[in-house]
Parts: sequence; structure tokens; C-alpha cells
Amino acid sequence: MATMVTSTRPPEIKKGAGTGPGLPGPNGNGSRRGGSFRDPEQHANRYRIGMWVALASVTMMFTSLSSAYIVRASSASDWIALPMPRVLIASTALILASSFTLEVARRKLKASLTKAYTQWVLVTVALGLAFLASQLSAWRQLSAAGLYLSSNPHSSFFYLLTGAHAVHLAGGLLGLVFLWLRSRWITTDAAVLKKRQASADAVSIYWHFMDALWIYLFLLLFLWR
Amino acid sequence: MSVETHEGVHRHPAPTGFIRKYIFSIDHKVIGIQYIMLALAAVIVGMLMSLLMRMNLSWPGTSWPILATLFPTGAPGGQMTPEFYLSLVTMHGTIMVFFVLTTAPQGGFGNYFLPIQIGAEDMAFPYLNMLSFWVTLVGFIVILLAIFVEGNQGLGEWFAALGPSFRGGSGTVGPIGGWTGYAPLSALGRVAGPGQGAGMNLWVISIAIFCVGSLLGALNFITTLLNMRTKGMSLMRMPLTCWAWFTTAVLALLSFPVLLGGGILLLLDRIAGTSFFIPGGLYVSGLLSGSNPNFPLHTGGSPILWQHLFWFFGHPEVYIAILPGMGATSHILATFARKPVFGYRAMVFAIFAIGLLGFFVWGHHMFISGMSPYSAIAFSILTLSIGVPSAVKTFNWLGTLWGARIRFTTAMLFALGFVSLFVAGGITGLILGQSSLDLAMHDTYIVTAHFHLVMGVASIFGMFAATYFWFPKMFGRSMNEKIGKLHFWITFVGVYAIFVPMHVMGIQGMPRRYSSFGEYEFLASLHPLVVFVSVAAIITIAVQFLFYFNVFWSIFKGEKAGDNPWEATTLEWNTTSPPPHDNFAGVLPTVYHGPYEFAVPGAPNDYVMQTDLEAEVPGENGHNGHKH
Amino acid sequence: MGRVLAVIIWIITLLSVGLFISRKWWFPEAISEHAPALDRQFLITILVVGISFTAAQVALGWAVWKFRDTGKPGDRAVYSHGSNRLEVLWTVITAVIFIALAVMGQSVWAALRLHDAPPGSYTVEVVAQQFQWNFHYAGADKKFGRTDPSLIDDGALNFIGLDQEDAAARDDAVTAALVIPAGRPVELRLRSKDVIHNIWVPQLRFKQDLVPGMEIKVNFQIQPDKIGKYELACAELCGQLHFKMKSYMLVVPEDEINALQAMPQDQFQARVKELLDKYPLPTK
Repeated sequence: MATMVTSTRPPEIKKGAGTGPGLPGPNGNGSRRGGSFRDPEQHANRYRIGMWVALASVTMMFTSLSSAYIVRASSASDWIALPMPRVLIASTALILASSFTLEVARRKLKASLTKAYTQWVLVTVALGLAFLASQLSAWRQLSAAGLYLSSNPHSSFFYLLTGAHAVHLAGGLLGLVFLWLRSRWITTDAAVLKKRQASADAVSIYWHFMDALWIYLFLLLFLWR
Repeated sequence: MSVETHEGVHRHPAPTGFIRKYIFSIDHKVIGIQYIMLALAAVIVGMLMSLLMRMNLSWPGTSWPILATLFPTGAPGGQMTPEFYLSLVTMHGTIMVFFVLTTAPQGGFGNYFLPIQIGAEDMAFPYLNMLSFWVTLVGFIVILLAIFVEGNQGLGEWFAALGPSFRGGSGTVGPIGGWTGYAPLSALGRVAGPGQGAGMNLWVISIAIFCVGSLLGALNFITTLLNMRTKGMSLMRMPLTCWAWFTTAVLALLSFPVLLGGGILLLLDRIAGTSFFIPGGLYVSGLLSGSNPNFPLHTGGSPILWQHLFWFFGHPEVYIAILPGMGATSHILATFARKPVFGYRAMVFAIFAIGLLGFFVWGHHMFISGMSPYSAIAFSILTLSIGVPSAVKTFNWLGTLWGARIRFTTAMLFALGFVSLFVAGGITGLILGQSSLDLAMHDTYIVTAHFHLVMGVASIFGMFAATYFWFPKMFGRSMNEKIGKLHFWITFVGVYAIFVPMHVMGIQGMPRRYSSFGEYEFLASLHPLVVFVSVAAIITIAVQFLFYFNVFWSIFKGEKAGDNPWEATTLEWNTTSPPPHDNFAGVLPTVYHGPYEFAVPGAPNDYVMQTDLEAEVPGENGHNGHKH
Repeated sequence: MGRVLAVIIWIITLLSVGLFISRKWWFPEAISEHAPALDRQFLITILVVGISFTAAQVALGWAVWKFRDTGKPGDRAVYSHGSNRLEVLWTVITAVIFIALAVMGQSVWAALRLHDAPPGSYTVEVVAQQFQWNFHYAGADKKFGRTDPSLIDDGALNFIGLDQEDAAARDDAVTAALVIPAGRPVELRLRSKDVIHNIWVPQLRFKQDLVPGMEIKVNFQIQPDKIGKYELACAELCGQLHFKMKSYMLVVPEDEINALQAMPQDQFQARVKELLDKYPLPTK
């Protein structure tokens, strides 16, 4: 163990210098690439990280509603299984398609094909709107058959779960619209482009999650009863 | 508008104008102070409510003129109705747990100091941060509305004009289901009695709004900590405060959504006629379920389901309330003991263990709820296991003090008080966590004593310690140490005087949520203790105004403080007091050492700052090398 | 300052422990068969609690007394980041003690809650409501008459919805007090009409939630010599008169129970009233 006495003068960090000569590089897992300012790639990463973190909380909410569903389905004697509105098959197809188109869009952006990116985002928005319309149609179908939110437990959960999903999907649509608007502002700034890719990645992650969530809810509502 | 640097990272210029600087600010420091101010306001409301409760319990039959004036319906002739008392119980609990214990420690101090302590210029999502505060504030306004909707006749009538869901006016100061709001009492609506009308709806809505605000905050904390640590700030070089805030954020992220889900189900049961929590065949207030528009038909719901959902959130929530205080205590103890934290790694593991185990013990609130007695056994054993990491932390705090050179500042006194009070409160968890003993102790004052000591006292002491410690950094001025010490002594003795007697009160059988103890012979001999507790409470609450005075006076007139008045080591003490808008004046620090390098042999001072380039700390390889 | 803090901590510790040891305010005398085991478990637990609490506060006081900053230049704290050995040691010891306590504590719970009532138990149906208790007795035929929520009529004093057409209901009795035999297993079938309540008699060392929509069965036994009258309270917030939801539990000898069983509703209620006047409340 060294016992050299040193001063406690704060280090002189030259503005803009990374690990320049003379300054031994500290190890540790702080920012990977040096410098006083933040590395743009790492800066952009926060949108992806943030989105995964946010999805953890969305997962927990739907988990809690699912557990309520399962408890209710298995406990009470008043469970009447809902007939599945056929339009929900169309819903599923639409949302799967929208995931596909969004993934295409994202890859176009990665390949710097901005115009194609914008177009594919718009297609996804259209498919998303169509999905919501199909949901509305399903609700209409059920209420026409006299099945409302409070009619029986299965109908309560149907409206609640699909409603909660639709609200979150609408949020995703807003994200897509935001991406589309952003893409109209042309830039060559590397940092801005990195941020844009990260935003597109983040919205994609969210959208694909909404897709997977729909499939899960669909199976839960109509397979577990 | 952004300024581009040579590496292309956008940085916002400092805001100008009063509104952008202090009201709608995206600066995490301002937002942190806003959360603290919210908590300071909320805690006054909560304390006044507890004062009213104590008055009612200790001097029953007394006519209080102030009650007669302010609450003519709820306290006719100056004597509280039972429902008025229960609404105080409910609102006190809700306001304190949510708007004090889940705001100041995390949203307040965490927001202010997490970015600085990890060497960042702000949180990852500054606009989201601002949004999380304002959403939380809206939640607070809604819960305050619940007071008026149910209470004062005049305002209650104005609300009733908005529609049937808004009709309250029962003379209470809010709903009466307790902060836990058990169904079906909370789900049935007005047919179940006073305080179950509009005030209850607002209660659920307020909590739902609070959930959203909290989730936004948690998202920010986690992303910031993962993404924005400065060069050299490895995870194992972070101050324990950061570990605590991080774990708390993870707990919040995973538990608040469950409360949100449960709250939505409860609201639907109340206003949409669903039956998630309401079983069939009920007969309430002379009405059979489905026989009357005031009592629509319900079937098949499960009241226990509400408890499961609530407590799955509720248990992690109490760890959310205490973990930041634990982090602050470790931090402050080391600083004023002039000694590294004993067992830093063990402390980190203990924080994790508490956080993780906290998700598996919710059933200990439900031992006698009617859930399976087999699951009670599992929950009981898991609950007592969670005592182990808590004990480990206590041992490590004691270890930090061993061989120390303690400086008794006010912050240090409160941190020491935290250790004492956390032991006192936590240790009774050994009693309550055993299902057998819970058969006798459930819903008695020993439960009240336990959770008040850990949440209402230890956690608050953590916040006091944090305030006295960080005040100079936040405002560039010191708080008055003499007043601070007086505040400490009276509060420390006062809280023990209030809550220790409650243990034996509970053992003898004093039940919770009783507006009066006069009905039962087995409670008669407890009255002297009840009065003693109330007198202690009155004195302790009164002394808190010393604290308020000290805080607000010192903001403007306190003695000016330097950058590092406490000779501390972590990154916040490297910058000015208060820090500039981007925390480090354009030059992010580089970290070379761990956070608690005090009393390093051979160093010229008894502390080595984390950024000290030239200091050599034993155990680190070579020159500023990497930590084992 | 450190010395003052140490002394205050120690005084508080002394007073707190003293308060418990004095038992001036303590459990009332227990009357159930499982109570001695429960009280023993409580005593063991409180001993561990008391010792841990005292040890920690004494150590804390000692640390702040001894390790004050003297202000002497060069006088520094001990530089130590901890000791892995100590960590392992105190973690293991704590875990062993806590888990042992937990496991020991399960035996009382298991004995009470994991076993159905044995055959020959005296069964009472309990129906709780805002804000009174209703106890339903099966009468000599040992069969409970049918109840239905649609038959409930509080105004007509049919609180539990007893079907008077049912043959088994003819000899049933419903009162506001719980009457049970001593020295014989008792089963309670717990139901609620409206919200969650909780049945509690402190001397019983037992409480259980009554949940609407569920019928919960519990069983216990009173010690043979504990005849008397005991206060019965609600222990789960059920509304504004929760504090007043009071009744009594009467523990009577076997012959009294047999006599009651043969009585029709009016006589049953009158006799219960007599018994309530006859027996005093316990003094300890």
C-alpha cells in the first residue's frame, strides 16, 4: 500500500479533453467514452432504457388486472363466458400487420431511407386507427347484444381489459404521430439523428409490446374461461 | 432552444424569468424543492388531523369551540361524530403515507441529489420530471377536495350541483374507510353509510393520479442512474443514498401499477355497477342488493381480492417510505463519524434484499382475512426473514460508529435518532409477523405503534437529517444549529413518549380506528396512557414549528455556507452552494475513489473527496485504479 | 453532547423495558385451550425483542459516548471498510434466531387453523352486520334452519333471513350474544351481511374476519373452568359505529347449554338475558 502523501487539489480537467496524455484513465463503468460532455450514443440510449423501464410498469398493471381476472373466473359461480365477437380476429390481424410495418419503418430509418421511413410510419398509424375502429365495433356488437360493463364478470373484464389496452395503444399512436412530425424536420446533425433513431426504437418497442399485450389479452379473455 | 457542444450533445441554457425558474421548471433541483414544499404543506394537514384525533380520544365529551365553528355538521356542538373521527383517520393516513412519505424522501431529496451525486447535469427526462411533480400536486389538490366535498355544508352543496357522483355532505372531512379502504365498505357507495359518497370517489381518483405521478418519477430515477453516471462512477462507487433511491424507484415502478389497477376496479365497482369486490346477497342499511336504485345488483365479487391487490402494493410502499431514510442515514453517519461506512457491499445487498423480499410478504397484513391458512404460514416465515437484512443494516450502522470520531451536528443527531427509532419500530415486526401472535394483535394499537415508529418517526427523522445536512448545499446558507438541536432533543424524547405506551395499550387490547374507547370495560384502565400520549403528541407537534421557522428563516437570513461545510466526500460537495443550473458549470467531474473515504491513513485531511485525483486510497490498485 | 445522547437513549430504553416488565397494562387472563401456547410464544418473542432492543440501544449509546471527536489534530477514526467475517457471523445468527421464532410460531397457528372442528363440536352460526352481532343456534335437532338473504328483514327482526317455513328452523334461536360451552370444542361459522367485520374476544386470544360472500369456519375450545361473561368486539373497520359494535360471549357449563338447546326463541333470549346479568365481567 502506497503511503505517498499527495495534495487534495481538485483535478484539472481540461475542457473537452478525454483521457488525454498524462492523465491516467480511471476504470469503472461510468461513461464508456471519455470527455466532459456526454457521448451522443449513450445520451440517445436513455430513450430505449426509459421505454423498457416504462413497459415494466405497464406489465405490472396488466398483471394485476389479469390476476383479478383469474381469481374471479375461478371463484364465483356466476361466470358466463362471453361469445367472442368475430371482428376481434380482424383486430388481431390489423395489429400484427402494424407491428410488421413499424419494424419495416424502423429499419428504413436505420438505413437512412428517411422518406420510406416516414411513409411506413404513416401506414402504421393507419393500421393502428383501424385497430381502434375494430375495437369500437366489437364493443358496439356486445352492447347491442345487451352485454355491458356491469352485466357479468366476464363482460366487465372484457371491456376493462380491452379498454385499458386501447388507451395505451392510443398513447402509442400519439408516439407514432410524434415520430412522423419529427421526421419532417430535415437534419444531418449526427447527435440529432442518433436521438431520432433512439426515439423510433423506443416507440417501436412500445408498439410491439402493445401487439404482444393484445395477443395475451385475447388469449386470456377467450381461452381462459 | 438548445446549444450544441462540440460533441453534439444538446444542453439547455439556464432558464430566465420567475415562471421558468421557480414554477414550471425542468431543473431537477427546483423540482426537488417543490416536492419538499408539497410534503411540508401536507404534513401540517396530517399533523393537525392527528391532533384532533388525540383530542377526541383523550377528552371525550368535551365541546371544542373551534370544531363547532369550522365543522358544524361533522362536529355539532363541538363534539365530533364518529364518522368525523374516522374521516380524520382516513385522511391522516392517506395524506401522510402518500403526500409526505412518498414525496419528500424520493421526489424531494432524491430528485435534487441523485443527479448531482452521480455526476450528471440533470435527470434523464427533465420535462417528464416536471410533469411528475405537477401530476402529484394535482393528486394532492384532489384529496383536499375530498375534505370539502364531504364536509362543509356550503361547499358540499356547490359540489352536489355538479351531479350525483359529487354528492357528499356527510359532515366528515373525507371518506371513512381508513387509508386501506377495504371493500366492500369502500365499494358500496353511500348505501354503506356516511363518508362513502363523493369523498370516497375523490379519494380513489386522487390515489390513481398519485400513482401516475409516482411512476413517471420512478422511470426517471432508474433511467438516470443507469444511463448518466459520470466517468469513474461505477455502481460500487455510488453513495448509499443513490442505491436507496434506485431500489425505491424499482419498488415504486413495480408496485404502484398494481394499486392503480386495484383502484380502477374499485372505482368501477362504485360508479359503473361492476362486482369486482362486491359479493352477491348483501343486505346493507335495510336494502337488499339489487332491490333499490341506491343499491344495484352485485354478484360474485371478492372482498379479499381488494386486500391482495392493495397490500401487494402496500407492503413495498412502506419500504419505499423507509429506504431513502436508510440511505441518508448511512451517508450522514459516515460523514460525521469521519469513517467509511462499515460493510458498504453488505449494505447494498441488504437494500436489495429488503426491496426484493418486500414483494413477497404482503400477506402478513391478511393473516386473519379469510385467505388460506397455509399461505399465512409461508407469508409469516418470509416476513421474519426480511428482518435479517434490516438487522444487518443496523449492525453496519453500529459498526460505522465504532472507532469513529463523531461530530454532533444536528444532522448527525437525527441520523443517530433514526438508528435508535428504526430498531425500536422494526423489532416489533418480530411480533406482528408471526401469524399466531397476530391472532391477538391484529387491528390493535401495537400495529399502530409499530408502523408509526418506522414510518411516522424513523422515516421522518431520515428526512430531518437530510434537511439539516443538505440545506447548506441547496440554499447556500446554514440552518441554525442551536434551534436545530433543540428541535432534535424534544422531538426525540417526544416520539418515544408518544409511541412506546401504544405497545402496551395494544397488548391490553386497544383496537384501531375506534372513535371512542368508552364502550368496553377491558379498555377502561388505559385512559391515563391515552392522555399521556396525547400530551406528548401536543408538545411534539408544537415543537415542529421550530423546524419550520428554522427552515424558512434560514433560506433568507441564514449564515452563508461554503461549498463543503461538512468536509464531506461525495460529488455534491464538489460544486457551489447552491449548484449552478447544470450542476457542475460545464465540467462534469471524474470520479477516482469510493464515496466514503474518511480517515484514510496518510492522507493530509481526514477525508478524501471522490474527485481527488492525486490522493491514494489503500485497496485501490495503483493510482486511481479500479475498486475491488 | 454524545454523553447526553447516550444517557437519554439509555433512560428511554430503561423506561420502555420497565413499562413492559411491569405488566401494568397487559393481556387479560386467557380462557382458551390454545392460549397458554400462544402466550408462551408471545413471551419468547417479546424476550427476543426486548433483548435485541436493549442491546442495540445500549450499543448505540456506548458508541456515541465513547467515540466523540476530540478535536485534537491528527486524531482520526479507525479506517475500516468492514469485516466480511462479521457480516457472515451476524447475518447467520440473526437469520437463525428469526427463522426459528417464525417456525416455532407456526405450531399454534397450525393447531388452530389447519384442523377442522372435530365431530361433536358445538356449532354456532355468526352473522355480522352494521352494527350488531347475530348468533344463530341450531336447537335440539342440531340442524340449522335455512337462511336466505332475500328473507332478511331488519325491521321485522329477522336479521339473518331465517326461513320460518323450514322444519329445521322451528327450534332455532337467534340472539345478540354468543353462548358456548366450556371444555368442549366450539365451531363458529362466520358470515357477514354487508361489509367485513371481525369477531374478537381478548381473553380468547383469537380473532377472525367475517367476509361477506364467504362462510369461514373456525374452531377453538375454552378451558373447563373458565365459565363467565366476556366482552366481544369488532376488530375490522366496518363503518361509523364500529366502536360500538359490542356484544358478549357467555361461557356456560354443559348442562346450561343443553337446557338452552331445548328452549324456543323467546325463552332462549330471556335465559340469555338472565345469564348476562348473572355473570360478572372478569376482573383481570
